[in-house]
Amino acid sequence: MKIDLTIALAGNANVGKSSIFNQLTGLGQIIGNWPGKTVEKAEGVLLHHDKHIKIIDLPGIYSLSTYSQEEIVSREFIALQHPDVVVNVVDATSLERNLFFTLQLLEMGTPLVIALNLVDIAKKKGITINENKLGQLLGAPIVLTIATKGIGVHEIVDAAIEQATRKSQEYKNVIRYGPEIETRIEKLERVLADINIGYPLRWTAIKLLEEDSEIIQKVKEKNPDIIIAANILAGEISEIHKEPCATVIASERYAVAVRIVQEVQTFKESEKSSMGERLDALSMHSVWGYVLLFIIMLSILMLMSLFGGWLSETLRNLFENVNPHITGLWPDLAWNGGIVGLYATLSVALGFILPFYLIFGLLEDSGYLPKIAYLMDRPCHTIGLHGKACIPLLLGFGCNVSACVGCRIMETKRDRLITVFLSTLVPCSARTVVILGLVGAYVGVQWAIALYVIDFILIFIIGRILNRLLPGISVGIIMEMPPYRLPSGKVVTKQAWNRFKPFLMTALPLIILGSIVIEAMRITNVLSLVSNALSPVTVVWLGLPAFTGFLFIFGVIRKEAALVLLTTAAGTLDIRAVMSPVQMIVFALVIMIYVPCVATIAALTRETGWKNAALITFSEIGLAVLLGGIAFRLLSLFM
Amino acid sequence: MPQEHVEEYLEAIYDIAGRKGTAKTTEIAERLDNAPASVTEAFQRMKQNGLVRYESHKGVSLTAKGYKVATKMKRKHRLLEVFLAKILHLPKEKIHEQACKMEHTLTDETETALCKTLKGPTECPHGSPIPPCNLEVKNCQQCLAEVIGAFDKRDKDIVAITSLQPNEKAKIVFVRGGGGVTQRLCDLGLTHGTMVSLLREAPLQGPIEICIRGCKLVIGRGIAEKIFVQKT
Repeated sequence: MKIDLTIALAGNANVGKSSIFNQLTGLGQIIGNWPGKTVEKAEGVLLHHDKHIKIIDLPGIYSLSTYSQEEIVSREFIALQHPDVVVNVVDATSLERNLFFTLQLLEMGTPLVIALNLVDIAKKKGITINENKLGQLLGAPIVLTIATKGIGVHEIVDAAIEQATRKSQEYKNVIRYGPEIETRIEKLERVLADINIGYPLRWTAIKLLEEDSEIIQKVKEKNPDIIIAANILAGEISEIHKEPCATVIASERYAVAVRIVQEVQTFKESEKSSMGERLDALSMHSVWGYVLLFIIMLSILMLMSLFGGWLSETLRNLFENVNPHITGLWPDLAWNGGIVGLYATLSVALGFILPFYLIFGLLEDSGYLPKIAYLMDRPCHTIGLHGKACIPLLLGFGCNVSACVGCRIMETKRDRLITVFLSTLVPCSARTVVILGLVGAYVGVQWAIALYVIDFILIFIIGRILNRLLPGISVGIIMEMPPYRLPSGKVVTKQAWNRFKPFLMTALPLIILGSIVIEAMRITNVLSLVSNALSPVTVVWLGLPAFTGFLFIFGVIRKEAALVLLTTAAGTLDIRAVMSPVQMIVFALVIMIYVPCVATIAALTRETGWKNAALITFSEIGLAVLLGGIAFRLLSLFM
Repeated sequence: MPQEHVEEYLEAIYDIAGRKGTAKTTEIAERLDNAPASVTEAFQRMKQNGLVRYESHKGVSLTAKGYKVATKMKRKHRLLEVFLAKILHLPKEKIHEQACKMEHTLTDETETALCKTLKGPTECPHGSPIPPCNLEVKNCQQCLAEVIGAFDKRDKDIVAITSLQPNEKAKIVFVRGGGGVTQRLCDLGLTHGTMVSLLREAPLQGPIEICIRGCKLVIGRGIAEKIFVQKT
């Protein structure tokens, strides 16, 4: 397909870039009310008046002097890939801070369209922005948008097409720094004119004064003398202002932003929505905040356990009632393999996974997740991390893969490695299926909760150990707090569906296929061969039935498959007939800890390298087997 | 009453009660190993000098003047501890006592020189924060690059943003340290002279939430303690 135009969406975190992207492309980028959702760039194509337009959704970025990994993705794309137009999505409720980045984009000379988003919320807050004047001052077209409702999104594309055709225009010099800085920028521009590193001259000069390591490297390759000159000039500026040159420039940019805001924005104190303030006061309270967090977590667990248990019970009755008398090989394969597999998959998918994503969607869309990061920052310090680590860890409850990738919001390599390791131990929805679907449903909810508690203690202990092993201390949290908002039912259900779809597409066929394979292996006795080979571990050490051996292997592919296939391998829908409560708990415990699933191992390799991935995988297998055996012996004493 | 004793008393109150709280006479007596009667007498004298607020049934708390002396002593004490541990390599358990004796004779000029030699440390070897100096500097690099005596003393007191009361407003005047974190704070709008308000703090030395340029930010305690503000 020929692409006529490439548009990149860029701007601060949590301003609605992904919402606009979804509206334009019809794709399902994860959206929600917290900063740091998008850590990878996403692409989609839009057909707009016979033109194929590629839309790129970039991670949130506050400044071109980047701070964490996902910001570097954005900066590199804007600076090096040269999209035809950059659409700078700006939060109308905090114009000043957002303009700081806009001004940097203008300095770079990027063809720019500004999408002034969240104008509805700004209006509610009593903020009015004169968009014509703003456009004049910035020298870029302004489009008013309400991304969540799709208002203004197609006008963005119109404006971008128009802007792209006027590409060769001189960009307006919005920021004039003080004369002491301008003269030095000019001096640098003159020497930079002799070399070409692909960036605009003025921007390169400013970045050199800001001591940007990447630009310094690029210029150094061409002419190291320029760096020496730049250092002297930067030194002179810090001499005059008595502070580092980079902060002088940042302060001046903010001064320009303040001036623009004063000219274009009027603020009328409206009837304050004190509801948000009151919710903040409660959910971030020194005592009640933690009580609330605990209640929320516990009720999610109870709710899912009860609902999932009820659903699988209902489904089982349904399937057992129609249980035909089977004779012959093929009908047996079809029924015991295919249909039983389907039953088990449906009960885990509809009973646990979909409800989880719905509840999680409510939490993230309301804006509660960042409050958890605030509340948990102090506890996180005991394991050498800071509160932001809670975000990938919470994502881990859904899926460990997104948690591993989400760890890019951690600023240092060390923090990232610890968080990645710990996030593979978070009970993901697949593990929740095993814990709640097996232990919760057959042994008792209290035992399921106990398993969660054990898992959290384990995460804590391993965090402490990693904190000891890996030198350095965490940089500490710096994070924006978005205001609460009423979750939108449409967004939450759509989001849950987007997350659920991959499960249906990949897991369902895989599990049904797996069920048939297992049934075939059972008939041909291959299953017992595999199981017998593993029996020293499974039977002797862990005290489990022999047929579980194969499940552990299959569980590497998908963990929920271990439970689903349990019914097939056991040859009955009622697991109580073949496993004792102790065995169920041990089985779930081992599944919970041992080896991340293949998709997670792949993500681990990508994020941390194969050595770390192998280390994490094997240490978790060892840990699971060790703890499983201990648990079996302890539990057998009184159960 | 010798100045040295006054300073010891102020430091003890600072340790027990902090900026905002009150200390009991018995607590101070226990800490300094003095008889409660002589402690009470000392409080009365210090009250006359405007260093403390004292009422026998309520206990003792620092006035702004007393707080200033106490932080100054704490600064000298902890700087000395760093010096004794890092430069002279004395064992950690001995440095406290030694610093206690040396702090009272340390001049302000020596204090600045010590701070510069140690490259502007932020914590003592036991992990307690070192209060900032009261020089007219915007950050530590600026001070390290200059000779001693290049900067005037501030005419107003500065405090870490963490010691503001909830919903109290103040102006950012000094960000300690440097590098990536300082740059990021600056990029998020925490530039010199900007008004900021503390919204709330999490318990047990947790993070704080601030409001700056109309945005709410959460900042970890370690970083927040390096942001200094001037109350208006």
